[in-house]
Amino acid sequence: MSRPMLEIVALEKTFGELKVLRDINLRVATGEMVFVIGPSGSGKSTMLRCCNRLEEPTSGAILIDGKDIVGCSSSALNRMRLEVGMVFQGFHLYPHMTVVANVMLAQIKALKRSKDEARERALAMLDRVGLRHRAETMPTQLSGGQQQRVAIARALALDPKVMLFDEPTSALDPELVGSVLAVMKDLKDSGMTMLVVSHEMGFAREAADRVVFMDGGLVVEEGPPEEIFANPKAERTQAFLSRVRA
Amino acid sequence: MQDFIRLFFNLEVMAQTLPLLMQGLWMTVKLCAAVIALGLVGGLFLALGALSHRRWLRWPAFAVIDFLRALPPLVLLIFIYSGLPFAGLAISPFAAVAVAFFLNNSAYYAEIYRAGIQSVPAGQTEAARACGLTTGQTLAHVVLPQAVRNVLPDLLSNTVEVVKLTSLASVVSLAELLYSANMARSLTYNASPLVLAALVYLLLLWPLVRLVSRYQRRLAA
Amino acid sequence: MDGLDRFLATFFNARIFARYLPDMLAGVWTTIWLAGAVIALGLSLGLALACLRAYGWRIASFFIICFADMGRALPPLVLILIMYFGLPGLGLRMPGPLVLILVLGTVLAAFAEEIFWAGLTSVPKGQWEAGRATGLGFTQTLVQIALPQAARLALPPLVNRVLAISKMTALGSVIGVSEILSVASTAQSFTGSAAPLTMGAIAYVIVFLPLVVLTRLLERRFAWKV
Ligand SMILES: Nc1ncnc2c1ncn2[C@@H]1O[C@H](COP(=O)(O)OP(=O)(O)OP(=O)(O)O)[C@@H](O)[C@H]1O
Ligand SMILES: [Mg+2]
Repeated sequence: MSRPMLEIVALEKTFGELKVLRDINLRVATGEMVFVIGPSGSGKSTMLRCCNRLEEPTSGAILIDGKDIVGCSSSALNRMRLEVGMVFQGFHLYPHMTVVANVMLAQIKALKRSKDEARERALAMLDRVGLRHRAETMPTQLSGGQQQRVAIARALALDPKVMLFDEPTSALDPELVGSVLAVMKDLKDSGMTMLVVSHEMGFAREAADRVVFMDGGLVVEEGPPEEIFANPKAERTQAFLSRVRA
Repeated sequence: MQDFIRLFFNLEVMAQTLPLLMQGLWMTVKLCAAVIALGLVGGLFLALGALSHRRWLRWPAFAVIDFLRALPPLVLLIFIYSGLPFAGLAISPFAAVAVAFFLNNSAYYAEIYRAGIQSVPAGQTEAARACGLTTGQTLAHVVLPQAVRNVLPDLLSNTVEVVKLTSLASVVSLAELLYSANMARSLTYNASPLVLAALVYLLLLWPLVRLVSRYQRRLAA
Repeated sequence: MDGLDRFLATFFNARIFARYLPDMLAGVWTTIWLAGAVIALGLSLGLALACLRAYGWRIASFFIICFADMGRALPPLVLILIMYFGLPGLGLRMPGPLVLILVLGTVLAAFAEEIFWAGLTSVPKGQWEAGRATGLGFTQTLVQIALPQAARLALPPLVNRVLAISKMTALGSVIGVSEILSVASTAQSFTGSAAPLTMGAIAYVIVFLPLVVLTRLLERRFAWKV
């Protein structure tokens, strides 16, 4: 395997007394889509949030394209964050700006692109997620699925090397899930490196290169989706999958 | 620096004028009690008027509330204290202050009650009426208790405002805390009594202000 | 002359109204520019303090909280008297309007800081995270994302407070600032009539009613949104 785009090495995270992540090791190769599943409270979100230091890792290293983001200065951190796109469960679009302004803001303020350039890029990204025609509306007037696609466009506009998704579809009505997954599939096909926390098993089977099962702050098992879903080895994985399928 | 302490934090002067200030404080307390009690009752009636389905009740209530909110309390006080005697209505300073601030605060309390009552879901009223409670019973036992709880921080914060407001009574020579302090200042040629009065207000109101901040709900989106 | 006529002659004397109209207009102008200065000082200082507090530096936050608490707990008239009558003892004599602007501006700043701060803490955490995750710095996230939303939440209580404190410019009459109430009181003692007081009250209602109406409009706009 060539050098991984994202590498998590011996990552630990504690909240006070609570040890949420204990020795996580994970490599995501360039262009790979890795799915993370696991019971609630197993530390999936925390791991993801450590990857752009929204949570401060207690120890360990996070390498993005070979560069360690743990322990870099705050200005360097802001630059590193541009290389890591993040999509939240709750979208978090800025409600006081139009859709296109949402996608333009960080381009202008963090990447220092010109307004015209940012706008052009924003419209291209909105086009990519199928929402160019809604560019001038306010986010609250969009459906949840549309908002999430705008959030993806907002992250993509910064040309990240890796995209992190934290349960991107679990706040959506079932009929809106498909449109977001379609965008993610398209992204994967274009060669984006993606780390996805999600319980969309069907989508994982179809699009993911690997599935990682986490429990109790540890990676319990990982492998190709067919293998993990069809005959999981660890007992905990079996128990979890049977609960989810039930 | 020494001058500053001598003029503003003169313990001797403070000790000397403390009894006078305490008398003033007692008057402030009486005034607050009167204004708060009257305001809470008057405000409730204004609020009920403003929430009424009947236009002839609702519009005048809003007009009164907004008129009183546009008028500075000091202006109302001066008008009542020096204006009413022209109409043959001589009135004691205490009564003038009590009436003026009662009117002013009724408007403020009314707005708070109104917000509180509107924050109680309509289903509550419907449920109570369905159980056979009268309008009055529904209001007293179901709606108001919830309404008041919902706006407790605002009621508290307005009550702090009332206490501060009573300091304006000094303008019409009612011997409350600030008047006494200012009197003491002019007698001693020293600002320490005023500082002492400020400290008394602070002692009285700081805990309440902290409480307001603690319980102030997050601003609703 | 029956009762009503006498009442009108005392409180609504057209001749006295006419005589004091120019003075009253000057008073109105004074009230307006004083209120404007108080609002400008109070809002900008309050906003600055709330932003500073957002950085979470312990010591700065402690002093900001103390400032906001004191500004909200002390009656403005006490501060006005201390500054106007006390400071000259130290050789620092300030004109009445300046005292009024400084005191009321500071008091408004104390309230505004608390209101802006409440607005900032009401902005969902996810908004901050979305900003930071896209590479914006803390200050950029504060200015571009948190503040506009906080300001919107803060608007209704802020306008109410601005109204309450601008009205306190009437306290200027106590230290010889010739705003509306001073003009009215002076005219009242010259004429021995209550009419100037009525005139003053009317002037206040005309000046401040727009702000009251604004609070109503905001209230309605925010009610629609829900
Ligand atoms: N800021 C925090 N402070 C303290 N504890 C936290 C914090 N954030 C998360 N935790 C705890 O860490 C544990 C892991 O949380 P995390 O959100 O990473 O789980 P998760 O796997 O994403 O679960 P879910 O599927 O419910 O999203 C939980 O027990 C949670 O209570
Ligand atoms: Mg999670």
